[in-house]
Amino acid sequence: MSSALLSILPEVVLTVTGVLIMLADPFFAPKASKKALGWLAVLGTLGAAGATLLQLRTHQILLTFSGSIQMDTFSVFFHLLIASIVLLTLLVSLDYFKPGATSHSGEYFALVLFGAVGMMLMTCSVELLMVFIGLEISSISTYILAGYRKGQATASESSLKYFLLGSFATAFFLYGIALAFGATGTTSLNGIASGLSVTAFPTMAFLALAMMLVGLGFKVSAAPFHVWTPDVYQGAPAPVVGLMSTAPKAAVFAVLLRITATTYSSELLHARWVWLIGIIAVLSMTIGNLGALLQKDAKRMLAYSSIAHAGYLMVAYTALPADSIAAAAFYTAGYAAMNVGAFAVISQLGGYDEPLRTIDDYRGLAQKHPVLAAALAFFLLSLIGIPFTGGFFGKFYVFNAAIGAGHVWLAVLGLLNSGVACFYYLRLLTALYSRKLGEEGGEFEGSSPAAAIAIAGAVLATLLLGVLPGKVLGLAQRGATVQVSRNR
Amino acid sequence: MHLALFFIFGGLAVLAALNLLLQRHPINSALSLVVVMMSLAVLYWSLGAEFLAAAQIIVYSGAVMVLFVFVIMLLNAGEEERTRGSKIASIAGFPGAAAIFCLLSFVFLSEGHKLGLSHLGGSLDEASSNISQISSLLFTDLLLPFEVTSVLILVAILGAVVLAKKER
Repeated sequence: MSSALLSILPEVVLTVTGVLIMLADPFFAPKASKKALGWLAVLGTLGAAGATLLQLRTHQILLTFSGSIQMDTFSVFFHLLIASIVLLTLLVSLDYFKPGATSHSGEYFALVLFGAVGMMLMTCSVELLMVFIGLEISSISTYILAGYRKGQATASESSLKYFLLGSFATAFFLYGIALAFGATGTTSLNGIASGLSVTAFPTMAFLALAMMLVGLGFKVSAAPFHVWTPDVYQGAPAPVVGLMSTAPKAAVFAVLLRITATTYSSELLHARWVWLIGIIAVLSMTIGNLGALLQKDAKRMLAYSSIAHAGYLMVAYTALPADSIAAAAFYTAGYAAMNVGAFAVISQLGGYDEPLRTIDDYRGLAQKHPVLAAALAFFLLSLIGIPFTGGFFGKFYVFNAAIGAGHVWLAVLGLLNSGVACFYYLRLLTALYSRKLGEEGGEFEGSSPAAAIAIAGAVLATLLLGVLPGKVLGLAQRGATVQVSRNR
Repeated sequence: MHLALFFIFGGLAVLAALNLLLQRHPINSALSLVVVMMSLAVLYWSLGAEFLAAAQIIVYSGAVMVLFVFVIMLLNAGEEERTRGSKIASIAGFPGAAAIFCLLSFVFLSEGHKLGLSHLGGSLDEASSNISQISSLLFTDLLLPFEVTSVLILVAILGAVVLAKKER
C-alpha cells in the first residue's frame, strides 16, 4: 500500500461508507426503518478504527501529500478516540429515529460519518488550509445534525444559532490563518514554526495565534465564546449532543495542541500567549460552573458543565510541553467517555420527543429504571471527578501538569471550581434516587439493545480509564513525544 | 495610477460595505454587496491576480448574487423591522469592533515599514497569465485539500436536502 493512501486510510474508509449509505438510502421506502444503514455505518466506523490500528502498527511517522498530512502516534490517538465516540453515537442512534419520525434517518448516518472524516482530517493535518477544510466539514455536518428534530422550534433555533455564530467564529480562524501566512509566508505548521524564529513581524504572528484561539475557542465552547452552547445543546437530539460535545472538541483540542505545543512552542512565544489561555481557562471554569448551578433543564446543565470541562482542559495548555500534552489528550478521552455515556442515557430515557427535560422530571427514575439510573449516576460521579472514574485521573493529570509548570493558582481555581460543580451534579443524582413527586412522566419504551451495548461500553471505558489509566496515557505520551521531539 | 486605483476602489468597497449594513431594504443591501464584490475584483486585478479577479466576478457577482436577489424577490421581502437588539450587543458591539479595528491597524502600521508596499500591478502591464501557476499548485501541493473539498460540498448538499425538504 502506498504511504499516501495509508496515511488517510481511515478517512477513505469512512467517506466510502458514507457514500454507500447515501446510494442505498433511496432503495428504502420513505417511512421505513433505516436501521440497516445504521449498521452499515457502524461497520464502516469499525473499519476506520481497524485502519487506524494498521497505521499504529507501522511505527513510523509519515509525512504525505506535500507535507499536509502527518500520520503519527498523536494522530492515531485522536483517530481512535473519534472512531470510538462515533461508534457509541451510532449505536445509540440506531433506534433513536422511530419509523416515520423523519424521512431523513438514512442521511443522518451519512452525515455522522462525513463529520467524522472532517474531525479525523483535522487531527492528522499539519497544513492550516487542510485543518480549515476539515473544520468546515465537521462543523457543517454538526450544524445540520443539531436541527434534525425538525418539528420542534428549539431544534430550528439550535441549528440556526449554531450555524450563524459558528460561521462567524470560522471567519476569525480564517483571518488567523491569513495573518500567520502574512507573518511567515506559509500555512504549513512546520513552516510557521521555523518561520516564527526569523519573522520580522512578531506582533502579527501573535495576533494570528490570538485570532485562531478565538475561532477554535468557539468550537470547544470555551468562555467568553460559549454563549451558543446551552441553546444549541437544548434543541439538538440527545445522541447528537453526545457526539458534538466530545468528538469535534477532541479534534479542535488536537489542532490546538499542534499549534501551541509545536508551532508556537519556543520559550519566548510561550510566555507571550500563555496568559491568554490562562484567562480563557479561568473564565470557562467559572462561568461554566456558576451557569450550571442556575439551570433547571438537564441538557442545559450538561451544556454548562461542558463549558467548565473545556476550561479544565485549557489549564493543561498553560503547562507545555510534553507532560501536559499527554494530560490534555488523556482528559479529552476521559471526558468523551463520560459525556457520551451521559447523553446516551438521556437519549434512552427521553427518546425522540424528549418529555423529560427538567431535573424534577428525573425524580424517582431509579425505581423505574434502576440500571439506566445507575449508569447515569456513574457518569455524573465521573464528571465530578470521583476516584476510580476516568474523570478523576483526567483532572489529576491536568492539575498536576499545571502545578508542575508553576501555575499553582490555576490548579487551586480548578479545584475550587470542581467543588462548586459537585453541587449541581449531585442535585441531579439525588433527584434520580429520590421519591417521585407528581404523576407519571413520559412514555418509556425500553432501552434498545444497541444502545445498551453503547452505554455498557461507555461505562466500561470510564471505569477502565479510572482504574487502569496507564495504557491510554502511554499512547498519549508517545503521541506527545512525537510532537515535542519534532521541534527540537 | 495603481495607487489611485487602489484608493478609489478600496474606498468604494468600504463605503459599499457600510451601505450594505445601513440599508433597510434587503434588495438595496444585496446590490451594495455587488459593488463590494466588483471593487474587490478590481483590487485583485491591480495586484496581478487576474484569474482571481475573473473568478470573483463570475462566481460571486454573477452566480451568488443573482441567487441572492432571486431569493429575496421570491420571498417578497419588504422593509426590515428594527428591533432593539440585545443590550450586550449594543453596549459591547461598537467598542469591541473598534478595539479589533484599532488592534489590526496598530499591527499593520507598526510593522508596516517592514512589510513594505505591495508591488501593485504585477501583470497589469504585461499580459502574462497566472492560471498555470494556480493550477499546478492546485494539483500538486494542494491536491488533498482540493479533493477533500468535494466531501465538504457533499455535506452541504445533504444539509440542504435534509433541512429544506418538507416532511410529509
